[in-house]
Amino acid sequence: MRYSALQILRNALTGDRDWRPVWREPVPKPAYDVIVIGGGGHGLATAWYLARNHGLTNVAVLERGALGMGNVGRNTTIVRANYLLPGNSEFYSHALKLWEGLEQDLNYNVMMSQRGLVNLFHSDGQRDAFARRGNQIRLQGDDADLLTREEVRAHAPFLNFDDLRFPIYGGLLQRRAGTARHDAVAWGFARAADLRGVDLIQNCEVTGFRIEAGRVRGVDTTRGYIAAPKIGMAVAGRSSQVGAMAGLRLPIESHVLQAFVTEGLKPLIPGVISFGMGHFYISQSDKGGLVFGGDLDFYNSYAARGNLPMVEHVMEAGMALMPMIGNARVLRSWGGIMDMTSDGSPIIDRTPVDGLFFNGGWCYGGFKATPGSGWCFAHLIATGAPHPAAAKLRLDRFATGRVLDEEGTGAQHNLH
Amino acid sequence: MSRLASGGLIDRARRIPFAFDGRRLTAHPGDTLASALMANGVRLIGRSFKYHRPRGLIAAGSEEPNALVTVGAGAEATPNTRATGIEPYPGLAVFSQNRWPSLGFDLMAINDRLAPLLGAGFYYKTFMWPARSWERVYEPLIRRAAGLGALSGARDPGHDEKAFAFADVLVIGAGPAGLMAALTAGRAGARVLLADEDFRMGGRLNVERLEIDGAPAVAWAAAAVAELAALPNVRLMPRTTVTGVYDGHTYGALERVGRHLADPPEGLPRDAFWRIVAPRAILAAGAIERPIAFPDNDRPGVMLAGAVRAYVNRWAASPGATAVFTNNDDGWRTATDLAAAGVPVTALIDARPGVAPPDGPWRTFTGAVVTGTRGIRALRAVTVRDAHGERSVAAECLAVSGGWNPTLHLSCHLGARPVWDAAIAAFTPAPDAAPGLSAVGAARGAFSTRAALAQGAAAAAEALAALGIAAADQAVPYAEDAATTITPLWRVARTTGRAWLDFQNDVTTKDVALAAQENFRSVEHMKRYTTLGMATDQGKTGGVAGLAVLAELTGRSVAETGVTTFRPPFTPVPIAALGAGGAGRGFAPHRDTPTQAPIAARRAPLVEAGLWRRPSYFPAHGETTWREACDREVAMVRGAVGVCDVSTLGKIDVQGEGAATFLDHVYANTMSTLPVGRVRYGLMLREDGFVMDDGTVARVGPTQFFITTTTAAAGQVMAHLDFAAQCLWPGLDVAFVSQTDHWAQIAVAGPKARDLLAPLVATPIDDAALAYMGCAAADIAGVPGRIYRISFSGERAYEVAVPARWGAGLFDLLVERARPLGGGPYGMEALNVLRIEKGLLTHAELHGRTTADDLGLGRMVASAKDCIGKTASRRPGLSGPERQQLVGLRARDASGRLAGGAHILEPGAKAAAANDQGYLTSVCWSPTLGRDIALAFLRDGRARTGETLRAVCRLRGLDTAVDVVAPPFLDPDGGRLRG
Amino acid sequence: MRIACPLCGPRDLREFTYRGAAKLLDRPAADAGPEAFDDYLHIRENFAGPNPELWHHEHGCRAWLRVVRDTRTHEFLATELAHEGSR
Repeated sequence: MRYSALQILRNALTGDRDWRPVWREPVPKPAYDVIVIGGGGHGLATAWYLARNHGLTNVAVLERGALGMGNVGRNTTIVRANYLLPGNSEFYSHALKLWEGLEQDLNYNVMMSQRGLVNLFHSDGQRDAFARRGNQIRLQGDDADLLTREEVRAHAPFLNFDDLRFPIYGGLLQRRAGTARHDAVAWGFARAADLRGVDLIQNCEVTGFRIEAGRVRGVDTTRGYIAAPKIGMAVAGRSSQVGAMAGLRLPIESHVLQAFVTEGLKPLIPGVISFGMGHFYISQSDKGGLVFGGDLDFYNSYAARGNLPMVEHVMEAGMALMPMIGNARVLRSWGGIMDMTSDGSPIIDRTPVDGLFFNGGWCYGGFKATPGSGWCFAHLIATGAPHPAAAKLRLDRFATGRVLDEEGTGAQHNLH
Repeated sequence: MSRLASGGLIDRARRIPFAFDGRRLTAHPGDTLASALMANGVRLIGRSFKYHRPRGLIAAGSEEPNALVTVGAGAEATPNTRATGIEPYPGLAVFSQNRWPSLGFDLMAINDRLAPLLGAGFYYKTFMWPARSWERVYEPLIRRAAGLGALSGARDPGHDEKAFAFADVLVIGAGPAGLMAALTAGRAGARVLLADEDFRMGGRLNVERLEIDGAPAVAWAAAAVAELAALPNVRLMPRTTVTGVYDGHTYGALERVGRHLADPPEGLPRDAFWRIVAPRAILAAGAIERPIAFPDNDRPGVMLAGAVRAYVNRWAASPGATAVFTNNDDGWRTATDLAAAGVPVTALIDARPGVAPPDGPWRTFTGAVVTGTRGIRALRAVTVRDAHGERSVAAECLAVSGGWNPTLHLSCHLGARPVWDAAIAAFTPAPDAAPGLSAVGAARGAFSTRAALAQGAAAAAEALAALGIAAADQAVPYAEDAATTITPLWRVARTTGRAWLDFQNDVTTKDVALAAQENFRSVEHMKRYTTLGMATDQGKTGGVAGLAVLAELTGRSVAETGVTTFRPPFTPVPIAALGAGGAGRGFAPHRDTPTQAPIAARRAPLVEAGLWRRPSYFPAHGETTWREACDREVAMVRGAVGVCDVSTLGKIDVQGEGAATFLDHVYANTMSTLPVGRVRYGLMLREDGFVMDDGTVARVGPTQFFITTTTAAAGQVMAHLDFAAQCLWPGLDVAFVSQTDHWAQIAVAGPKARDLLAPLVATPIDDAALAYMGCAAADIAGVPGRIYRISFSGERAYEVAVPARWGAGLFDLLVERARPLGGGPYGMEALNVLRIEKGLLTHAELHGRTTADDLGLGRMVASAKDCIGKTASRRPGLSGPERQQLVGLRARDASGRLAGGAHILEPGAKAAAANDQGYLTSVCWSPTLGRDIALAFLRDGRARTGETLRAVCRLRGLDTAVDVVAPPFLDPDGGRLRG
Repeated sequence: MRIACPLCGPRDLREFTYRGAAKLLDRPAADAGPEAFDDYLHIRENFAGPNPELWHHEHGCRAWLRVVRDTRTHEFLATELAHEGSR
């Protein structure tokens, strides 16, 4: 069934009788051409692009819980392509272009809203660093503009231009950046993949890999053994645990990142505003909640929740940057588990096990990557060769030293 | 709706004038805004989020989803405030919200007519055509319609605070269970914190017609509170909501300190956010009643039954003629209490067949349900269906009880899942849900007063035992001990029309049904698809009913269906409270150098350098731009002498027999061979082989070194040294301490530096006594200090160090003495130009992604010894022509402008990532060379000296021809340094 | 979260800085080769459960602590001075 305004009208007249399930509840088959482990954003996107771009529809997505309930369902919904380093730059650029046509491609309104993102800077040195980044973004073919302090004021007059501890010198604006409705992204990919015949299998946890002579044959699951010659892992947050079952040792630590939403408010924040000196970023959802977050809690965690020091630090940064938000109330806080790599950049690559492919290490860049990740991972699984946009996201870059360290903080997983 | 003639815990002798949407009304001390509105006959208080349906009060506590108002106006306007939590004070002005033009006549109510089009998730299925019209057309319309109240956009003028508190036992909730727990622990001498949301402690004892030990429960509560208040080891925290449970027995709590005062004393915070540490906590938060879904159950006047009798009993606020609709025995109390207070009760409707409700002056229906309501902005009648058919019953208020949900939210904050208890048809806290936390009373599903008292006492006794505090057994007072009798009813079957589950977000049973039909069957999927439970009450009212309806529709039990996750905060917390202290300059400390006073006296503009504030330049008479000052200061240093505070450098004193070996480990180059009295440039690598920092190492004695770090990396280096000494080489005899703040350090640079300094230093500083890269202890202007012959400018230079308290005096003295020599102070701008001309590095170049080889310092990584980072620095990706290497760039024409962050392209190359050759890190106008120059990283740069390339900053519209040179730009042989 | 510093007693999380896995105590020998350093720097067991790790009491006594903490519950199971720990 195609979604459209007309379809809504028709159903309104018939008491919503005709809406069909967004996805089937298939029973796992004994074997597939491809298994994707992980029914989050990246796994679902991979399944969709395997079907759409490579004609592979004998595909199963195995999800241990409910679809889309990992990080795709608990992020702050920001989409951008404003990276500094070649490797990341072309990858996120590719992803942003996919975002721009995603609704039409999926026939699902993911509410991609390109209302811009401003990164504030607070010194001459930071201005130069952001200019370098902005020039890189432009060289990559994406948009970036350097705003003066007065241009930032025109964009967001409520920022603290009077006595901010780190005065605002200006900002780097990417107009094509913005936000999307995170759940809708998961559901849109799921529905589209399901319509092409992909089996989305919920409540199906992988409990082991069967590997013979260095080649993967299938997976044991809580719903039985399922065979496939090609298996892709897209389980960011649990990569180390799932990888360990296949003997992978990964450059990853799991960390908790908290986020917050306020009660609904009438619109007042334009696009996304990022305050790097305060490790604070904020946007406003279509429903009116201010959605914001900050840094990791910094300690390894698999508990999707954080502690007060970071909560308070984020709120203090918010009060510093935009003292108008004091009377907004925090409605809910939550935590997501991030695959933190030791250089802060993701991995889409083959593994030492033939037929087993790895997608993970998304740190906190996973949501914006979703369509690009799915596209490139599907390409890698289908063709065996890396997609050019993801060619530098290699697993061996740590050994060779060709790391992608956007923050320049070195081989310490929690500092990226 | 009116005030009853008698009764209630209000002070009728005093009147508090307040205004609702400009209407002047009167409250009494003891009222909440909600009770005052009810007593004043105000029913319509708000509009729902989506359909803009008229809404009135449902509840009396913090779960209220409908009656949200904006308190105050202008910058102080506080939107989305629950009327049930506001204490009226004289002059209080509140406003309804999410309506236009007025609460009574809201044009957005058109949405209600369009409801068939606006079902759950409709927006995912449309607004996709034409492409790119989402941001331009649809989204702005949706955004404007969405949201509840509005922020003013002006700076929040309020004052809030944060604090820590420690206790043996934290008791959360001051109802019968909490009071009994606090009494038990308090009498035993434990340090007790008793926190309650309400301004009056007592919980349901204040709102029910109950007796304890034969006396009115209200009196027992008051006596208990009085006893606790008199105990020195007990702290009562009324108006305090425990909002979150965190690791390490830490609890977050919000105390409303000054919000209820018309004229708070100067300095009193509005709110205080507490972090409470308590090894034992007792959750006695009570229970929240739940609604039943039936058509049009959202009209103003349809309320929760327990809330209705609370308004009558505690506030003497009459809801008007009331019908009661219940599926459990507790609902009956509302009928009897109202009748006792003289409020007309028109009907008692019990969904259960065969039960025997109490008799009273009302019509009793059993096995009966409410199938509809009438009235637009206020309820007029309800339709009752029983075995005999349907009939209309007049009612201005319908008191609904669908049973009670234990207020167990806090028990889930550390990840525990609640457990379904079929006997009471409710979720209860999992045992050991959070370390040290035990739930008691209604919060644990024990709804009788006697059980609450008994469990409170028992939990406190258990806590005392765990804490090792001896306690006498407490007699549990006598009180009602009624069993919980309930037959679950979540929605009334065989009806048409919308039946609400989430009142604020307008989620009806039809939305849940659509979610199930579309296979959003997981409770999390249903929540997210319908937004049920995502309103400001976070599902406190309709959440369990919603998932129970989902369970029915999908043929599962409630237990199988499960609940969504409860997360902090329990009730919404102002950002201002959680972020107290962050506004303005409070966000981070700032650090001033010891020379701050003389620098300020010379009117130098200050710039941020990390947490430090440093002088940008020292304006001279007649100068109008920073560039004029900077150029003059550079020429002054190059031609005569300049004085500059460099105290912000990190300084670490390293001592011990193992100090030299230790420094060999942490520096790439060798320090153990450094003679006493000499200084060496040091390069520090991270273990991953990239450069961490640079600085100087001075050997001031055989076993004592004094090292400096860059300003930016001082803290990082200190932690790194701690790590190296304690974790990697714990056997070494080495100790070190940060002396950054102990020493004022002042650079004296320029050809006349020695002329300036020599008369002030007691010992000789000629080239024989103190050659370039020498150091010595010295008496400087009568103060014992040190002198280092090092240079960050390329000129003959010294850095003199004295204890910090002498810094300002020394700076003044040096500047004064420099004048006759043609010298003076210089600031950060000139310092930067001087070092760029000399090709020296800062964190613009040492940005964490550069290697020693990139910087042309590869040979500094000593081959004869190991050091941190050595092995990893030899990875293939860290050196060689594939990398971008440090070079100098000169604008080809004197008029050519360069900019930091520009990228480097070859002549004629298209601006594309594939053609990128590198980027400029540090740029300045060089008064010495008469053109713009830059330090840059250029692919295979060292091999490209002499090439002409382009520095392109498309962000600033620059495309400038540059020549590649090998830094430094000046004095490559260092003749000026050595004198 | 609170950490029982062996020198200072139980202190708030705010005083501490987290570094990472306790394997960082076992720096490879100078001649161990690039693979050993690659493993040391990058590869993490990343336990979902008791995790040996390093904390720095940076805003306290500046001791480095070797801690075992359950990453599923954040419960601290053992805390000792890094250089006194069993290696």
